[in-house]
Amino acid sequence: MAPKALDYDSLNENVKKVQYAVRGELYLRASELQKEGKKIIFTNVGNPHALGQKPLTFPRQVIALCQAPFLLDDPNVGLLFPADAIARAKHYLAMTSGGLGAYSDSRGMPGVRKEVANFIERRDGYPSDPEVIFLTDGASKGVMQILNTIIRGEGDGVLVPVPQYPLYSAAISLFGGSLVPYYLEETANWGLDVNQLRQSVAQAHSKGITVRAMVIINPGNPTGQCLSEANLREILHYCYQENLVLLGDEVYQQNIYQDERPFISARKVLMGMGPPVSKEVQLVSFHTVSKGYFGECGQRGGYFEMTNIPPKTVDEIYKVASVSLSPNVPAQIFMGLMVNPLKPGDLSYEQFIRESKGIIESLRRRARMMTDGFNSCKNVICNFTEGAMYSFPQIRLPPKAIEAAKKAGKVPDVFYCLKLLEATGISTVPGSGFGQKEGVFHLRTTILPAEEEMPEIMSSFKKFNDEFMEQYDDHSGYSRL
Amino acid sequence: MRRFVIGSAKALFNRSCQNHPNVLLRPLASSHSRFLSSTSVLDSPPPPPSSMAPVSLDTINPKVLKCEYAVRGEVVTLAQALQEELKSKPGSHPFDEILYCNIGNPQSLGQQPITFFREVLALCDHPSILDKSETQGLFSADAIERAWQILDQIPGRATGAYSHSQGIKGLRDTIAAGIAARDGFPADPNDIFLTDGASPAVHMMMQLLIRSEKDGILCPIPQYPLYSASIALHGGTLVPYYLDEAAGWGLEVSELKKQLADAKTKGITPRALVVINPGNPTGQVLAEDNQREIVDFCKTEGLVLLADEVYQENVYVPEKKFHSFKKVARSMGYGEKDISVVSFQSVSKGYYGECGKRGGYMEVTGFGPEIREQIYKVASVNLCSNISGQILASLVMSPPKVGDESYESYSAEKDGILSSLARRAKTLEDAFNKLEGVTCNKAEGAMYLFPRIRLPEKAIKAAEAAKTAPDNFYCRRLLNATGIVFVPGSGFGQVAGTWHFRCTILPQEDKIPAVVSRLTEFHKSFMEEFRN
Repeated sequence: MAPKALDYDSLNENVKKVQYAVRGELYLRASELQKEGKKIIFTNVGNPHALGQKPLTFPRQVIALCQAPFLLDDPNVGLLFPADAIARAKHYLAMTSGGLGAYSDSRGMPGVRKEVANFIERRDGYPSDPEVIFLTDGASKGVMQILNTIIRGEGDGVLVPVPQYPLYSAAISLFGGSLVPYYLEETANWGLDVNQLRQSVAQAHSKGITVRAMVIINPGNPTGQCLSEANLREILHYCYQENLVLLGDEVYQQNIYQDERPFISARKVLMGMGPPVSKEVQLVSFHTVSKGYFGECGQRGGYFEMTNIPPKTVDEIYKVASVSLSPNVPAQIFMGLMVNPLKPGDLSYEQFIRESKGIIESLRRRARMMTDGFNSCKNVICNFTEGAMYSFPQIRLPPKAIEAAKKAGKVPDVFYCLKLLEATGISTVPGSGFGQKEGVFHLRTTILPAEEEMPEIMSSFKKFNDEFMEQYDDHSGYSRL
Repeated sequence: MRRFVIGSAKALFNRSCQNHPNVLLRPLASSHSRFLSSTSVLDSPPPPPSSMAPVSLDTINPKVLKCEYAVRGEVVTLAQALQEELKSKPGSHPFDEILYCNIGNPQSLGQQPITFFREVLALCDHPSILDKSETQGLFSADAIERAWQILDQIPGRATGAYSHSQGIKGLRDTIAAGIAARDGFPADPNDIFLTDGASPAVHMMMQLLIRSEKDGILCPIPQYPLYSASIALHGGTLVPYYLDEAAGWGLEVSELKKQLADAKTKGITPRALVVINPGNPTGQVLAEDNQREIVDFCKTEGLVLLADEVYQENVYVPEKKFHSFKKVARSMGYGEKDISVVSFQSVSKGYYGECGKRGGYMEVTGFGPEIREQIYKVASVNLCSNISGQILASLVMSPPKVGDESYESYSAEKDGILSSLARRAKTLEDAFNKLEGVTCNKAEGAMYLFPRIRLPEKAIKAAEAAKTAPDNFYCRRLLNATGIVFVPGSGFGQVAGTWHFRCTILPQEDKIPAVVSRLTEFHKSFMEEFRN
């Protein structure tokens, strides 16, 4: 019998190279333990509904009506659904090509794309073109599509922040490109230093890599920092000079927990810089229904907006999108509902405000609780979560612990996180999954566990950490920051 | 387009690029603050010419340029433009509506969804109404029950949460049970990967299998162009095998062997065989002994069998039945160690036609745990497929049974749709066969007809002059004269020198006479115009 095509040795190497820690070793171990009956607190992924955040009522009412339009004909429908949900369901159904069950335009329904464009214009103060807005099955698919368009081979480099959300490293591996890391500065609140960029690019050039694109995640994941307007201008200017396309991952734009640096979109800053920069820098901006106060991860809804991309390239991207026919229609409607929210005076407006505000304010409180909880441990330093959904504390590990990790055949932060999991049921993602400076260790956790459970989770963590330090500390100093 | 500030600076810059490719750096900014640059725009030299812009046609991934997908290609784009014109200038064309016969999108042409499925989905989308008494009056009892059952399989009943990357376990259990009931052989829920439609699953397998352009994937000609597009995108080589039009689009193993050997002499390593059953665009349903030959072929040659079975519920002839390739392999005594079979299913076709939901799965059998790990890993980067689509896939694989409250109405809806599809298939097949120079094989299954048209020399010359393929020329003319949208056969592949087009059987029954009469009239005048 001939050797089989699906033998491990003959798999696409790029697939084998891919790493995605968010659902990697720690998560798999946590799932095993859960099956054995242990209570696990999954803080490994930004999955709000899995940790008790409730979906907003209004969107769910609208989508239910769209799923079952025969309800709209029933005289009793008003007993279960408010009038504005009924009206909105009709509004979106009219936009479809035949209800939720028909493929839409491969770029997404024109009506929803128009709503997205209107949202962007209201947010930024500059007009936005629905023709260059493509809806996708989650922002991740959009990121993959754009990276696949850019990357020709391993000679093509993409600047990615370290620490980063590992979708970027995974996608670059998958498409055979080169990841060019630029380090965020932990001691400066995870700030972005243009000199860092220059150094990284220089290094890449010396290896014969052409740097084509730059990724920024704003607010950051896992780091949570919100970029200042000045920083964004610097970055855009840099992209202009170096001829890079800027990929702006802005999926956490609703999750802001401080007032000093509100969210400002890369596009707004770009437009504000005026020509030639505003007309030349190529920018792709990403957004989603998975985060913010919607938190509708399971719907898989997102979009990307292209700025200054030549029409022929847009055509090619459209062509590839058409191979997958269309993004899922229910999620397109969720996107419409997110960017075109209820207004004062609408029947369901009060409820909407109550629910959405409640979520963001609670997240703000939890961000603070978690940061403070981590900082109360001697060997832990934690920058405040300015935005997004994560806490990324630095854990200083004593040499004995690092030794023990080596003996166990594990990277030190993986070792620590596994022990944390076994002791407390808290499932995190080790910092090595996101990238970090050599010899510096972190873990990523989300700020999503229910507010009532936070104090217990943090004290459980502290107890474990202090016992771990007792066990491994030889009081001769910590691992180097 | 970038404009150049200073011509000489540009020349200098270009020269330095040529001499020192690594020296593309600007001098380090002598800024005091790390976060504010002191260099202004005017200080920096002009950027490189626009043809080097990162995302322009000459600098994007060439595989993207290579990939084609005719189902939403040129003729369709034209149709959309015409549709706009009809809206803005009524009466501007000799027809008042566009009849889209290009894409298997049943609900866009009036097919109704299955009520029971939509009831369950609506309840899962908005579970808070399950507790209300009014809900009993609006939804059937078994839909309510099924919704509870499904929600209990979802942690926290949170349908808005990312699920396991292979899909919700309970739903995979249901699907596995449905597969076992269909085939009479067990299915393992761990072999199932729920995806946003069958297409992403196909892409995943191509990604796994294709290492370079030396890797070949055997595909039927004519084929559904997802395969050629996906192979191009992943940098592999499509190895064609020709279906035999004269034998009802039959698949000959001798043809497979010939093409395989041929590919090998060209230095191609064949990795997998794609079989679409029932066929798209060709509509044939394979006979079981034919399937056995194919299974043996894959086993002998060490090929992965990629079985696209999305039309498994669309069979219109009593003499044929759908048999899954996994069932055939198992009935031959072949197990996990003997052959790798990947089966694709979707919620988009059948009698449910839920294209817009993007639901589907692949069942991957006959490979080691290391491979499953890799597939899982790739699936996990996208986290999971959409939950509503997952739920729908489980409903499709375990619909209402005899005795369930909704069974009668469900059955009536299903039979109504399938019998109507069978009638439309026959009506259109007959209509095509009546046209001069056109022959059309029977559509035993799927949703399409793929008639062959023998175009007169004059027409072929006219097409050449218009710089387009003859079948595309015909389809464009048809569109402009009648508003009917077909896809030219070249989009699917055909034997060189033959011309076809693909037409769906999906326009509603009451629209079919109009399609037939307009097509017939157009064809007559086209053949007259180009008579030799």
